[in-house]
Amino acid sequence: MKQLFVFIRKEFFHVFRDRRTLLIMFGLPVVQIVLFGFALTSEVKNITLTVIDNSRDVNTQQLIRKIKSSSYFVVNESSIDYNDIEDAFKKGKAKCALIFPAGFGNDLQHGGTAQLQIIADGSDPNTAKTVVNYITAITTAYQQEISPAQQLPYTIIPETRMLYNEEGNGSLNFIPGVMALVLMIVCTALTSVSVVREKELGTMEILLVSPFKPLMVLVAKAIPYLILSLANFILILVLAVFVLDVGIKGSILLLFMESMLFIITCLSFGLMISNTTNSQQTALLLSMMGMMIPTMIFTGFMFPIENMPLVFRIISDIIPSRWYFLIIKSVMLKGLGFEYVWKETLVLLGMTVALLFIALKNFKTRLS
Amino acid sequence: MEEKVIVCKDLTKRFGDFYAVNKISFEVDKGEIFGFLGANGAGKTTAMRILCGLSHPTSGEAMVAGFDVYKQAEEIKKNIGYMSQKFSLYENLTVLENIEFFGGVYGVPYAEIRRRSDNLVQQLGLTAEAKKLVGALPLGWKQKLAFSVAIFHQPRIVFLDEPTGGVDPVTRRQFWDMIYEAAASGITIFVTTHYMDEAEYCNRITIMVDGKVEALDSPANLKAQFKADNMDEVFYRLARGAKRSGD
Repeated sequence: MKQLFVFIRKEFFHVFRDRRTLLIMFGLPVVQIVLFGFALTSEVKNITLTVIDNSRDVNTQQLIRKIKSSSYFVVNESSIDYNDIEDAFKKGKAKCALIFPAGFGNDLQHGGTAQLQIIADGSDPNTAKTVVNYITAITTAYQQEISPAQQLPYTIIPETRMLYNEEGNGSLNFIPGVMALVLMIVCTALTSVSVVREKELGTMEILLVSPFKPLMVLVAKAIPYLILSLANFILILVLAVFVLDVGIKGSILLLFMESMLFIITCLSFGLMISNTTNSQQTALLLSMMGMMIPTMIFTGFMFPIENMPLVFRIISDIIPSRWYFLIIKSVMLKGLGFEYVWKETLVLLGMTVALLFIALKNFKTRLS
Repeated sequence: MEEKVIVCKDLTKRFGDFYAVNKISFEVDKGEIFGFLGANGAGKTTAMRILCGLSHPTSGEAMVAGFDVYKQAEEIKKNIGYMSQKFSLYENLTVLENIEFFGGVYGVPYAEIRRRSDNLVQQLGLTAEAKKLVGALPLGWKQKLAFSVAIFHQPRIVFLDEPTGGVDPVTRRQFWDMIYEAAASGITIFVTTHYMDEAEYCNRITIMVDGKVEALDSPANLKAQFKADNMDEVFYRLARGAKRSGD
C-alpha cells in the first residue's frame, strides 16, 4: 500500500512537471468549450445579401426593411447589374442575391401574384438552404401582414416547441460530446503514453525487476489520471454552466458516477493500447484513431447517427463514447434518472469489463 | 566453503529453434565480482534476464540468492538490484525524489530512506544538486547515481547490464571504485561488459559464445590458458569463431 502511494506520488510529479501534458489536460477543455460554443455554431448569421430592386415601390421597400431588421443579413443595396451577380458570388462579395422584377408592387396589388428571385451560393449547400428558408419565411410573414382581411377557408398554424431546449441554445448538444472527447483524450491518450514512456526509457525493466507487483504498475498509472479526469469533468461542467448557460437538469451525483464509469472505460482502453505498443508515437496515434476520431464521428454530437447507412450505425454501437453521450444527454439536459439510462449504463459497463479484462490479460510481466 | 549466491545448471532459453542460452552452468560466490562477456547476441542479456526473473528459462536449474527462478521469482526480486544498459532513472524527478521512489518501491522504511539518502548524496558529492532534476546532471554522474540507487535497498546481488556504456574513462574508473566498495560490503556483483579493461577488474569472468559458456576463470588464469598478453586477445580467440552476431 505504501509502495503504491510512493508510485502515485511519482506519477503526479511527472504530470505536473510536464507542461505539455498539463496544457493538454486543462487547456484542451477550455479551448474546446470556447470553440464549440462560439465558433462552431451551426446557426447562419451575417449573410451578405445583394438586393437588386428593379421596381422601387412601397412593397419592395417594406420587404427589404423587414429583411434588414432581422439579424441574419447584411444587406447590400448598391445597384449592380443583373449580369454582375455571378461576379459578386465569385469574388465572395455576396452569399445570396434577392431580385425584384420591375412592377413587383403593381403585380402584387392588381394581379394578386408577384414573383421575386432568390439566388444563393450552392457551393455551400447548408448555408444556402438556410438562407433561402430565412427569406421565404420573411416573405410569407410579410404576405400575411399585408392581406389580413383575406381569410383562407382553412388555416393550419403549427405551434412548435423545442423540448428540453426552448431557447434553441446550440451549446446543449455538444457539451456532452466535448465531455466525452476530453475525457477520452486525457484518459486514453495520456495513460497509454505514460505507460509506453516507461518502456521507451527503460524504466519499465527496472520496475519489473523490483518487487513491485506488475499489475500494481497499471493501477498506479491509472489512479492519477482518474483523479485528474474527474477534476477535468468538473471544469467542463463549470464552464458549461457559467460560460455557455447550459443548465444541469439531472442529478449531479448520477452524472459523476456515470462519468467515473466512462473514465474507467477510457483508462482500460489506454492501458490496452500501451500493452500492445512500444513507442509513444504509436500509442498516441492509436488512441487518436481508436477513440478520438470515432468519437467525433459516431457519437452523434456532430453528425446525426440517424442519417447514417446501417453499417455505420452498427459501428457507432460499438463505440463506448456513443453510450456515454446518450447517458449524459439524458441526465444533464433532460433531467432523467437512473431508471431511464440503466440500459446504456449496462452496455458501457460491459464494454469496460471486456476492455479491462483484455488489458490486464495482455500486460506482459516479463520481457519475452 | 564459501556461500554460493548464484548457481546455474544446464540453464537453457529457447525461442523456437533458436537457443539464445544453451546449457550454461556456473556458480558465483558471495561478494565476488563476476564478469559476463560476449559479443552482441551471444546471450548475455538473456541469461541475465533469466536470473533477474524477467524471463522464464526453457529448461535447466538456477538458484539466485538461494531462491528458485521458476517458483520464487518474487523472493529473488526482493534480494537483487538491477541496472540496465539504458539510463534508467526518471529525468524529470530530482535526485532525492528518484532515491525516495526506488527506495519506496523496494519497501525501505521512510525514516531509513531519509537517513541513507542524505549519506548517499554526500558521498556522491551531489549535495548541491540533490533537489535538481536528474535530467540536468552530466551522464557520468547519472550512471553513478543509477548504480547507487540499484544498491540502495542493500540487495545481496546486483546485476549490471553494460553499466558504463558511453561513459568517459575517468568516470568509468570511479564507477569501478564504487563497484569494489559495494563488493567489499558483501554485495555480489554480476556485470556484463564490452570493455576488456573492465574484464580485468573482475574476480572471475565468463565468456559466452553463441549461447554457450566457452571460458570461465580469473583473468590471470585465462590469459595463461590461452597464452595471451591481455584479455582482448583471449576474447578475440574465442569470439571470432562465433556464428551469431548482432543483437
